[in-house]
Amino acid sequence: MKKDVKRIFVDKDVQVILGTLLRFGVILSMVVVLIGGMVYLNSQGKAIVDYSQFRSEHADLTSIKAIFSGLLSLQGKAIIQFGIVLLIFTPISRVIFSVFGFLLEKDYMYVVIGLIVLSIIIFSLTNKLVG
Amino acid sequence: MVTDVIFVRMSVLVFTIIVLFGAFLAGLLGSLTGLGGGVIIIPLLTLVLGVDIHYAIGASIISVIATSSGSAAAYVKEGITNIRIGMFLEIATTISAIFGAIITIYINPSYIAVMFGLILLFSAVMMLRKKVEHADNDDSGALGRFFKLNGSYPTPEGTVSYAVHNVVGGFVMMFFAGIVSGLLGIGSGALKVLAMDNIMRMPFKVSTTTSNFMMGVTAAASAVVYLHRGQIDPGIVMPVCVGVLTGATVGSKILVKTKPEKLKVLFAVVVAFLAFQMIYNGMLGKL
Repeated sequence: MKKDVKRIFVDKDVQVILGTLLRFGVILSMVVVLIGGMVYLNSQGKAIVDYSQFRSEHADLTSIKAIFSGLLSLQGKAIIQFGIVLLIFTPISRVIFSVFGFLLEKDYMYVVIGLIVLSIIIFSLTNKLVG
Repeated sequence: MVTDVIFVRMSVLVFTIIVLFGAFLAGLLGSLTGLGGGVIIIPLLTLVLGVDIHYAIGASIISVIATSSGSAAAYVKEGITNIRIGMFLEIATTISAIFGAIITIYINPSYIAVMFGLILLFSAVMMLRKKVEHADNDDSGALGRFFKLNGSYPTPEGTVSYAVHNVVGGFVMMFFAGIVSGLLGIGSGALKVLAMDNIMRMPFKVSTTTSNFMMGVTAAASAVVYLHRGQIDPGIVMPVCVGVLTGATVGSKILVKTKPEKLKVLFAVVVAFLAFQMIYNGMLGKL
């Protein structure tokens, strides 16, 4: 019984931290996206849009490396894309944190389950899946 | 294709303002109905603004991450979300979401539009359907016990315990939900809730919040594939995710004050109209 009570407490702490982490990630990435959006509209607001045909080969900013080099030259689009990458990493960091949470609870089955989910995402990050 | 669209030559500024406004409405409607912003922003971008469906899917999946992470933050703190069930089922949804995101480029955009319309219709029906609570504490599933999925959640009448049933069935259904999510760039909440409410027989509150909790990770898995492929265009994603997130936040504030039951029929009509438009234009090969 005593063990049960303890487990609920740890769970509760983990949940509060997870919630804070998610909120912080969303707010931070949205601020970056907004800053990038202003720079982008300021520099390219009068350009004509053309999104009628998807062209994979025309897309830049498709890798972390390209985003960072655009970031250094303060391109609006690269700043937005950086904010988007931060947003994508928000739920991923939530998984990483949950693994630590389960480790603290000594729930090794869920440490393994969390690591499986994480390795699936890391596998997709390797950029070998795009046809 | 371009000639069919109302706005043919638009400046970045005008495009951004229109998408921002539309995405706000999509987020508002999505949060009031519980459908999510993605199912409404994709028809708007493709049917009204003539954006290629692959760009629309990329923008939508990013807005799914933003809204689901934002609302999951609040639910998780209340202790309703079952994190173990979420993590366990994420094995299914992440694999299948990546798979869906890979195959989407090989499928004719017309078929994607038709599939999208059908899922939209299904979501509208699910929204109107009378919900019957199936949850109980009849602890009969060996798998549920083995994976420690049974849980409890706080209610005004005290803590309620529940047991999870048919784990294999739920896992398979989640796999399907993940493919749909990766293929169409939506959260596919309707399918996830179906898996949890009807198959695994979890309480409504737990299934909705847990499905929402899983959505961010599932969407992130396919978003990575979209990003590498160039489907995430900052010029579209910026107004879409800012608009949808703002709309969803306003929607959740309204939701606390009003009971939108009567509005649901109106929403269902709007969603059904969008669904038929997607199917019709898909069949004509216009998308």
